[in-house]
Amino acid sequence: MEFPEGLKYSKEHEWVLVEDKVAIIGITEFAEHELGDVVYVELPEVGEKVVKDDPFAAVESVKAVSDVFAPVSGTVLEINDTLPENPETINDDPYGDGWMIKVEMTDKDDLKDLMSAEEYAEYIEQQKEEDDDDDEEEKRKDEDEDEE
Amino acid sequence: MVEFAGWDMPVQYNGVIEEHLAVRGRAGLFDVSHMGEVEVRGAGALDFCQKLTPNDLSRLKPGQAQYNLLLNERGGTVDDIVIYPLKADHVFICVNASNTDKDFDWIAKHGGANVKVENTSERYVQIALQGPLAEKILQRLTAARLEELKTFYFFFGAVGGIDSMVARTGYTGEDGFEIFCESSEGEKLWDALMDAGSEHGLQAAGLGARDTLRLERALPLYGHELDDVTTPLEAGLDWVVKFSKDSFLGREALLKQKQEGIRRRLVGLEMSDPGIARSHYPIFRTGERTGEVTSGTKSPTLGKAIAMAYVRAEHAAVGNSVEVEIRGRRAAARIVPLPFYRRQPVK
Repeated sequence: MEFPEGLKYSKEHEWVLVEDKVAIIGITEFAEHELGDVVYVELPEVGEKVVKDDPFAAVESVKAVSDVFAPVSGTVLEINDTLPENPETINDDPYGDGWMIKVEMTDKDDLKDLMSAEEYAEYIEQQKEEDDDDDEEEKRKDEDEDEE
Repeated sequence: MVEFAGWDMPVQYNGVIEEHLAVRGRAGLFDVSHMGEVEVRGAGALDFCQKLTPNDLSRLKPGQAQYNLLLNERGGTVDDIVIYPLKADHVFICVNASNTDKDFDWIAKHGGANVKVENTSERYVQIALQGPLAEKILQRLTAARLEELKTFYFFFGAVGGIDSMVARTGYTGEDGFEIFCESSEGEKLWDALMDAGSEHGLQAAGLGARDTLRLERALPLYGHELDDVTTPLEAGLDWVVKFSKDSFLGREALLKQKQEGIRRRLVGLEMSDPGIARSHYPIFRTGERTGEVTSGTKSPTLGKAIAMAYVRAEHAAVGNSVEVEIRGRRAAARIVPLPFYRRQPVK
């Protein structure tokens, strides 16, 4: 799985490419992979405000819908209007043609909470381990129940 | 992998859409061993099942299985099931994974002294081979003449040398088979089927595709279209309920509901506005709340957003416009006939 250097990453699996005061935002390969085939994308409108940690878009696979959370606050400058017609672009090219919105940031300090590629890769590994731990715990619970 | 009713289940192997289209166009193989099995034995086994369930088991010919229901006294649905009468004194019932314990308790509770009810879910695996090439693939592994096996008939025989029960049933809207064998032989059966299917483009398929396939064919999923307070008359399963039978559990409640009028009905929706309706999204008709979505997706076969939903009976006519509330926004949809997809007859 690829997490390009030079991008910033959020815990909710969005990536940010910073160009001066503008943040280009999309979802990571991990996120699109977890979702599966993306069949629908709902984007905000140009001029709308997005608020850090609030949902600004929805990405849907055949099986479920997921909110996409704003990694930074700001005003939407541009949206990727090819996505509603071609939502699968998010699976094909999550860091390139699958970008979602461009935002003019209100506070560049928002970026401090984001991770580097290396940190994000570690974070993903931790998440996976925690999931495995949860599974283990579930199994133990099941076994306990069986014994009852 | 995800956890489902205590089972670790593959949601997808190569992607839901790819697997879905493989089943529609060629064939897919599903490990559905999570499905539960309950066996009823004893001199009164078949009679007992006939009294317990609304469909008419007396109409079945030898080797014929039946889609049926377990109903409570209020006519609500305990589960939807498939009954395989093996002999007059031995009935095999396939139930939903998440309901296995509930169903077993329910059946055992109503069974009298002359039947023995057993939960044998751990004993069997179930593998579903589904799609237009299913017969061709399975024929390579069995001596039985599959072209003579009609829909909803079953037989016992060897599949790739493994003792199995083979039924021409499924949950995808395609032709296909569900094959039961002892759990210890499950992996061998899976591998034999995958091998036999390799040159026919057989695709391993997961729970994700199983759900989109059954939804296109408008097959109910327990917990979505059916539950303990939903009756088969509301769910469009009238054809399962044989009032001609003198008695079955839930008959009086259903008769009363039929006489008083069905207040809500299961309908098909096709989205007119962008967006996908999902389970529990509210539905409005001329501004007034009329119901709720039970299942929804973007149909891989049709390329449209489709859903099943309960709406008030007076709003349920095909062609009616409704609105689905999708994350706070009202999106237009239209009531369409069910199913969304029906396979073309081969002959």
